[in-house]
Amino acid sequence: MSLLEVKDLATHFRTENGVVEAVKGSSFTLDKGETLALVGESGSGKSVSALSVMQLLPYPTAFHPKGSVRFEGTELIGAGEETMRGIRGNRISMIFQEPLTSLNPLHTVEKQIGEILEVHKGLTGDAALERVIELLNLVGLGNVTARLKAYPHELSGGQRQRVMIAMALANEPDILVADEPTTALDVTIQAQILRLLRDLQQRLGMAILLITHDLTIVEKFADRVCVMTQGDIVETGAAKEVFANPQHPYTQRLLGAAPSGQAPQPPEATETLIEVEDLKVHFPITKGFFRRTVDYVRAVDEVSFALKPGHTLGVVGESGSGKTTIGLSILRLISSQGRIQFGGDDLSERSFDQMRPLRRELQIVFQDPFGSLSPRLSVGQIVEEGLLVHERQLSEEDRDARVCEALEEVGLDPETRHRYPHEFSGGQRQRISIARALVLKPRFVVLDEPTSALDVSVQAQIVDLLRDLQAKYNLAYMFISHDLRVVRALAHDVLVLKDGKVVEHGPSAQIFDDPQTDYTKALMAAAFELEVAHVDAVSS
Amino acid sequence: MSAPRNDKIMFWRVTPLNARRWSNFKANRRGYWSLWIFGILFGLSLFAEFIANDRPIILEYNGSIYMPVFKDYPETEFGGFFETPADYRDPYVKELITESGGWMVWPLFPYAADTINREIPVPAPAPPSLDNPLGTDDQARDVAARVIYGFRISVLFGLALTFFATIIGVWAGAVQGYFGGRTDLYMQRFVEVWSGLPELFLLIILSSIVTPNFWWLLGIMVLFRWVALVDVVRAEFLRARNFDYVRAARALGLKDRNIMFKHVLPNAMVATITFLPFILNGSIATLTSLDFLGFGLPPGSASLGELLKQGKNNLQAPWLGISAFLTIAIMLSLLIFIGEAVRDAFDPRKTFGNGGKG
Repeated sequence: MSLLEVKDLATHFRTENGVVEAVKGSSFTLDKGETLALVGESGSGKSVSALSVMQLLPYPTAFHPKGSVRFEGTELIGAGEETMRGIRGNRISMIFQEPLTSLNPLHTVEKQIGEILEVHKGLTGDAALERVIELLNLVGLGNVTARLKAYPHELSGGQRQRVMIAMALANEPDILVADEPTTALDVTIQAQILRLLRDLQQRLGMAILLITHDLTIVEKFADRVCVMTQGDIVETGAAKEVFANPQHPYTQRLLGAAPSGQAPQPPEATETLIEVEDLKVHFPITKGFFRRTVDYVRAVDEVSFALKPGHTLGVVGESGSGKTTIGLSILRLISSQGRIQFGGDDLSERSFDQMRPLRRELQIVFQDPFGSLSPRLSVGQIVEEGLLVHERQLSEEDRDARVCEALEEVGLDPETRHRYPHEFSGGQRQRISIARALVLKPRFVVLDEPTSALDVSVQAQIVDLLRDLQAKYNLAYMFISHDLRVVRALAHDVLVLKDGKVVEHGPSAQIFDDPQTDYTKALMAAAFELEVAHVDAVSS
Repeated sequence: MSAPRNDKIMFWRVTPLNARRWSNFKANRRGYWSLWIFGILFGLSLFAEFIANDRPIILEYNGSIYMPVFKDYPETEFGGFFETPADYRDPYVKELITESGGWMVWPLFPYAADTINREIPVPAPAPPSLDNPLGTDDQARDVAARVIYGFRISVLFGLALTFFATIIGVWAGAVQGYFGGRTDLYMQRFVEVWSGLPELFLLIILSSIVTPNFWWLLGIMVLFRWVALVDVVRAEFLRARNFDYVRAARALGLKDRNIMFKHVLPNAMVATITFLPFILNGSIATLTSLDFLGFGLPPGSASLGELLKQGKNNLQAPWLGISAFLTIAIMLSLLIFIGEAVRDAFDPRKTFGNGGKG
């Protein structure tokens, strides 16, 4: 008998517009000490499956028309709240994607973990403290005694996730449900957390139910895998086999979809489009009553590079390394020091008003496809906005024609211009953002993580679109991303940033194949192999 | 989904969002019916001159048609003695007109707000009778007529005050929130000091210097009322100015003014519109209380507050207090019900309730 047996489980939700079938009928089993991955794109029902196991859904809005979930032979569906309390957090624990919102901001680390020990084990006082310290050592949160009194906001993302894991392990569960445990973390931290989970699994012999959209994690980490799409499990098998020989068309498509390959050969270009020299963005740290400036936060420090038309500069680094800040300061959306030469103009000398005529040449596409489109404007109004500023002589018909053209360019039906952003999926919204930037026919586009909020298959489509547009219009891109695969697929040159400083800068092939610094090597190992390397070089 | 949705009602473009809001509004039955009842009452009161007036709407004299509702005619016009405007309630004038073979069409209540009924059988205030369905006040004026005119001026005052206060408040909040920094700091301190000024004392001092009329009161109240919305709008702007679409608009080169109007304001309007019915209520209640205290509209004007005061001074004539109380209570309740429905209509959890998956 398996530890956990899920049979033909269906989870539906009652909504105003009828019943939504989130999970239609999934079956899987989980044995002691094994790792099972539920993999799928957003909306495939993988998280709902896991929450059904924990019986943590908003009942009775959610309900199970059929199926069973058996944990060591006990039926969990319909089990009373009393039974579930004995199992949740005790026998089956869960860790979530966003560690900041999963921890109570008003409690110290010691109290967060101590509470669980008190509820389930009745431990208090010194016995509890001892166990808390033991757990924190187990999850590798260095400097434990000092951090016992720390509040969640005083910890970094990786440290918070370690605390979450310590909480989940407090009662030595048989099953750990990990819902996208590393999605909110940097690649380097992700590798550390995954290694920690694997070590803990071996030491404690627990089973892990891993929910993720990231195929690399599944490949490296899972014993068996269930591929989910639209509420159904379409393929189940040993991870190695599924990756080597996918049977179901959806799995094949998913595996083939990851952005791959390298940037196409750029056209020969002699002149330089944009040249940045000694760029600095410093935020003052002030102290005392008179707000004396005592020091600076060096968000970007002494960054220099040049970019030719038709070329892409990839900017990579961990979060907080100043990637986005560079993009914004080149567009003069935040103030900076240093020379920014664009064509024949020195941008750094220009005020916001003087920048206006040049704005049509320099455009930006943001990361979050939901936040970057005004929800109250139709798609047409969003796309035409730049034209209203820069080409005021256009008649209404001409403007409409330009909007249609831009939408077609990014692969959208021009009829969509009468609709509103909330009717579109993430990938379509990102296309609208690109159309808004392109309608002005710019020469330089800053792409600020344009693919990181999207599903893998959609990522690949956007990458293809960006490549096509670059070839067609000889665009120069500055591609900011933490996802090294996408960067490899697009960039000709790569700039590696750490704490606002350039650690490495060179042609893409050279950086990827033969990284020179430990930091770059650590990034590469974490991104492509999910291995922890050169720990000293990265943040912990 | 496929058809372009660009329906227009007049110049107002009906977006799917607004259509959804309208259906949310209608789903609140109480608010929906309140809107109808209030709309009809307010619409009727706008034509108060045709409902309660001391002169006929239309009359015929010697074969020609006169419309006293719109124009003053001297009594000599109808063969009388005086050059002064005709008093149509005077039996002598009535006789002149009927003797010529003419006729008069009177409004439902043949009294204006300031008409003194000299024919009441008992000393004023007179109880309800066929002539004065809600009785008369202590100056023998018809209560029904005064309620109709008082309702109109209360609502108009409330609307005007809300309108001007909203414009100033939204503007101030928008500037503070959008620019932030020092602008925000100094303006916010100013708003705090300003809202600490005692409004009532200023009005009392003012009323000893000038005779306050409708516009004076409105002006003074606007000076103090605009701060109500500043905090809400400021918070919305502070939040929205860091949104990616605002950044994108800046990257496109839009001017600050355009960004504020086109991108940020529509988001801030949800909070503002939700507040409006309640601000309107507050404005009406303030005018009523000023009138009650005697610092409001000039003496003699029809006002609900003044009627309340008369009710307090004449407890032996309960029709005064009851009429005023019912009018104010019904008006404010209707507005609150409408306000609740508006809040429902703009509630994002209801508007986007089933669109969570985008």
